[in-house]
Amino acid sequence: MDTLTAYPLKLDGTDVPMVRFMNVTKKYGALTVLENLNLDIAEGEMVSIIGPSGSGKTTVLRMLMLEQINSGVIYVDGRPLTHMNKNGALVPADRRYLRTAREPIGMCFQHFNLFPHMTALQNCMEGPVQVLGLTKREARERSEELLELVGMSEKRDQHPSRLSGGQQQRVAIARALAMRPKVMLFDEVTSALDPEVIGEVTNVIRKLVSEHSLTMLMVTHQMGFARDISDRICFFFGGRIEEQGTPDELFGNPKRERTQQFLSAVKSAD
Amino acid sequence: MFDWRWDFAWEILPRLIVATGNTLIAAGAGYLIAIVLGLVLALAQRTPLRSLSWIVREFVEFIRSTPLVLQIFFVFYVGPQFGVRLDPWTAGMIAIGLHYSAYLSEVYRGGFEAVPKGQWEACTSLSMSMRQTYVRVIIPQALPPSVAGMGNYLVGIFKDTPMLSVIGVAELMHAANAIGSENYRFLEPFTLVGIIFLAISLPSAGLIKLFESWVRRRIGID
Repeated sequence: MDTLTAYPLKLDGTDVPMVRFMNVTKKYGALTVLENLNLDIAEGEMVSIIGPSGSGKTTVLRMLMLEQINSGVIYVDGRPLTHMNKNGALVPADRRYLRTAREPIGMCFQHFNLFPHMTALQNCMEGPVQVLGLTKREARERSEELLELVGMSEKRDQHPSRLSGGQQQRVAIARALAMRPKVMLFDEVTSALDPEVIGEVTNVIRKLVSEHSLTMLMVTHQMGFARDISDRICFFFGGRIEEQGTPDELFGNPKRERTQQFLSAVKSAD
Repeated sequence: MFDWRWDFAWEILPRLIVATGNTLIAAGAGYLIAIVLGLVLALAQRTPLRSLSWIVREFVEFIRSTPLVLQIFFVFYVGPQFGVRLDPWTAGMIAIGLHYSAYLSEVYRGGFEAVPKGQWEACTSLSMSMRQTYVRVIIPQALPPSVAGMGNYLVGIFKDTPMLSVIGVAELMHAANAIGSENYRFLEPFTLVGIIFLAISLPSAGLIKLFESWVRRRIGID
């Protein structure tokens, strides 16, 4: 398949998902990492992606922010993300289009990726000032509010090298939120943390889930956490969704053999 | 046999000190050109435009593989055939600046490669443009690891300024040579030149080390 004419120029109607993957395939060279992925994420929904390493779960997030796809189309907020409308036809997005199309998306990384030459506050202000064109004062107010939200107000003038991993990740969450995204991506945000500080990051995410109407997509190895806060869990295996459902369905009564194997393997490792 | 004349040494010292000023100006101006042009060359090699980055890459290789003296002669003597007529000073600055820009571009390249991939991804996730990414995030992080290499080439360019004497730039070596020819005595002027070079090069290396740690602290990386 894959004539682009088969895809709509934009998504209309009452039930437009915040994110829609339509027949998306991603390859690295000869290796197919994701095959023919179809996945809708509703506005305000919290979806966790679990699965063994190499199952393509991180790639799902990276395609929304960092990678090009090989076929299919991704829509965000009804607009195509990977493609753009050129004279009434979809063509692969150029760099400039991608930059604006990705603006409603924020992302947090496994290794935080804070800017080491800026303080916590400057990290948060950078995007709003440079990209959104806010004044320094507006950006500072917004950033201070968000640092407060993640409990990092007192450390706002510290550089990342002076912060623990958990503190850095909380600043990184504030930095992403300062862009006022509609969709937040969390890519294994607790995997690089020491066990005793994981709680401070998961608590911030819990707070976001309960107090904000953000759409969130999270890749995680923390099954208990995913079960607690997610609306839906997707179990990836071999580049496709093997099984998905509510946390209770998927953890309490997994139907597929591979899901059962994976969950029992994770459980015995705990 | 060893016939050192203090009175002669004292007599020629002021003239040598004036020439030292010229040497420092030559080294400084050449270095300024090299620092800026080197960054341009390093950035040009990183463009997605394959042909441009290839041309720049080969240009840098060419400059680094041919002698500085040849490049000085080329700019000064061959330039006029193409209608580029320059006085010795200008020709000298351009040649030495160009030469060292090739080396500095390699230093910057190392600095760029030392910036982790995650920094680029963070910039993308904030929708920063390519220009914002370089100016605000990548270059500030690529510079500190480059400072040591940049300092070495500052001392290098300083020690290479005597090459400019071949086209008649009145720097230190040129002055010493002139003094020697006028008086038929070369021991004192050349010895003094050596001492002056040593007296400037040695502390510079130490100062560069201090500057490097200051930059790292200033930028907040340490």
